[in-house]
Amino acid sequence: MNEAAGLALPVPDMKRRRFLSRVALAALLAPLAIPARGQENRQTIRIGFTPAFVHDQHALLADWRRYMEKRLGLKVEIVQRDSYRETMDLLRLKQMDFAWVCDYPYLHLKDLVRLMAVPLYKGQPLYRSYIIVPAANGKAGGLKDLKGNVFAYADPLSNTGYLYPRFAIHKMGEDPKTFFRKTFFTWSHKKVVEAVALGLAQGGAVDSYIWETLDQISPELTSKTRIVQRSPEYGFPPFVAHRDLNPELFGRVQHFLLTMHQDAEGAALLKRINLDAFGKGDPHLYDGVGEMMRAFGEH
Amino acid sequence: MRFFHLSFRYKIPLWGGGLILLSVLAVSAAMMFKAYEDLKEDVRISAEGLGGILTQTLFSPLLHDDVWRAFELVNATFHGGRTRNPIQPEMIFVVSPVGHVTVSTAPAELPMLADLHTLGGDYAVLARRLDAPIAGHFLRHEPGVASRVFFAFPIQEDSAHVGTLVLVYSKDVFLPRFRGLALYGALIGALVLAVLLPLNWYWGQRMARPLVELARRMGRAVHGGPEEPKRETYPYQDELGQLFQAYDAMLEEMRQKALLEKELLQTERLTAIGRLSSGIAHEVNNPLGGMLMALDTLRERGGLPEHAAKTMGMLERGLKQIQETVAALLVQARDQSRPLTAHDLEDVRTLIHPQVQKKSQRLDWRAELPAEVRLPAAACRQILINLLLNAVQATAEEGRIEVAIAPRNGGLRLAVGNQADPIPPERMEHLFEPFVSGREGGHGLGLWVTYQIVRQLGGHIEASCADGEVRFEVWLPLEERTI
Repeated sequence: MNEAAGLALPVPDMKRRRFLSRVALAALLAPLAIPARGQENRQTIRIGFTPAFVHDQHALLADWRRYMEKRLGLKVEIVQRDSYRETMDLLRLKQMDFAWVCDYPYLHLKDLVRLMAVPLYKGQPLYRSYIIVPAANGKAGGLKDLKGNVFAYADPLSNTGYLYPRFAIHKMGEDPKTFFRKTFFTWSHKKVVEAVALGLAQGGAVDSYIWETLDQISPELTSKTRIVQRSPEYGFPPFVAHRDLNPELFGRVQHFLLTMHQDAEGAALLKRINLDAFGKGDPHLYDGVGEMMRAFGEH
Repeated sequence: MRFFHLSFRYKIPLWGGGLILLSVLAVSAAMMFKAYEDLKEDVRISAEGLGGILTQTLFSPLLHDDVWRAFELVNATFHGGRTRNPIQPEMIFVVSPVGHVTVSTAPAELPMLADLHTLGGDYAVLARRLDAPIAGHFLRHEPGVASRVFFAFPIQEDSAHVGTLVLVYSKDVFLPRFRGLALYGALIGALVLAVLLPLNWYWGQRMARPLVELARRMGRAVHGGPEEPKRETYPYQDELGQLFQAYDAMLEEMRQKALLEKELLQTERLTAIGRLSSGIAHEVNNPLGGMLMALDTLRERGGLPEHAAKTMGMLERGLKQIQETVAALLVQARDQSRPLTAHDLEDVRTLIHPQVQKKSQRLDWRAELPAEVRLPAAACRQILINLLLNAVQATAEEGRIEVAIAPRNGGLRLAVGNQADPIPPERMEHLFEPFVSGREGGHGLGLWVTYQIVRQLGGHIEASCADGEVRFEVWLPLEERTI
């Protein structure tokens, strides 16, 4: 019964109660998940989770894995890597069948992977980038006011945490390489929020979904930051599969994702990562990212 | 110094208390100093350990300019929150080789990229010290009045110097901890004092009490105060005990001597009086005999007018009274006499009986006498009668009189006691002198005569008063020769 322990971050009381009731239901169903004898040799699928999500909530990931194994009847291995780059490399090397990656790497890997599902956040497969500053800084009104400061990026392969802010600077007619006095990567959106909240950086770029999820579970952290600029909406980081994966398995996993919200345990797991469901998605969702990449000559 | 004139009762406990206080303070101070030094040493050891680990792990992130990784490494020191633990640094920061802040755990105070040289006092001084290469493993910087201690460690591998790690320890945390230690020390000290001071006071009192008592007694002995009954003597055999014994012995000797001197003086006085009175008596007796004889002759011759005869009668009676008095002064114990027998004692008892009966007194008579005692009967009878008459007169009606006669120490002891008020001391001193009387109408020769007889017989007489009884004791030595 690790469901409760999986709650690594505090949840406001009402939400927690609702959540706990769902967990209780999930717990009732849990015994069904125990694999039958003789299934040890069944096929194993490897899924990569990246810092685009809650990749440092290990108990939650363990619950995801158990749930997926139960639903898919497959052995599931979850691979965690601290940067998008490593995840991408593993996909390239076919060390991984599926991955939950950011939209920016998705476009990088377009020839290698197929779009399988896109999470629906607040009913939409969309998210954006927030430019945040320490709450103590009451003056800054946008990126333009952060010139010459120390700025925290999330990951060099993150759209909202790297591509968008550089694109916005580029559009202002400035050179993103010299606009800030110093920049550094935290390799995670959550840590961008921490770096800005601590005042280590005077500004940072963060995934709106991560910031808002943190705002629910750790409001004391987000309250130390202030959003000064919001990007246009982009396609949400998608679930992708390696193109070489057999279509039957692709279909099975895709069906699993698309119907996850329909059973109580799946819905509870989605709720824990603050998502509504998975949708089929459309590669055109990511056209905006492609545009920005083109601006830097990457697409 | 008034202190040195104080009684030992206060001086000993005060000296002891002072010494105890001094030792406790000295020990506490030494312990506190040691604790403070230990704390400083603990901080140094902790800083050295932490600095060693951090400089090693920081080298690679700094070389790759991975600021966040560097921050996470230094900030991991505060994993579990910042505590008020003096051996946990208050702040950690890294400065670049040119003295700019690379990363710090307190960005508000030390923002990234800030030039340490341009920051406030302590930092600028530290920055100047860091401009020169650090000799040894680390540099300890403790600005005199500042509340912080800095430990700086070079971050380098081979000769690549990528920055300097600075650990900042707060003395604000350091001092309360030390104060806690000091308070603890003070508490223990107070506890020790609470135990030792009363013990010391008790011991001091115990030591001083016999000394004070001895001093008081000696003072009394010197100033001739009234003798008092011996109080609890010091029971131990140490020097003080020996002093007490010597003092008691000396006092006893002095008392004996004084008593002897007093007795001697009294005896000498009584002897002188005796010589004087018997001399006068002899001188008076001769002319007196002549005068009486002349009167007798005149009366026998007759033919005197009536009023002359009357006058002569008066003269004769007067002279006879003088003769009686003089005769009484001229005590003659060793006249020709037979030895004392029990019959003599019975005679005295019979003689005194009417007087005793008259006053309804009770007479307890105990006499143990061998058949014959070598003592003159007349003298003994007179002694006994005199003492008994005295007793009867001094005792109230229905009072009790006691007589005890028995041989003792090669002599005879005669004791007469009676219920009466005690004899005042000033009278006691002159009790056996002639013409000293306690009663109206007494001529005061009874005890004088008794004394003279007893002395002539070579014995002694003593008077004593105790418990509402006056007691005369006579001891007479038995004579060598048979009478």
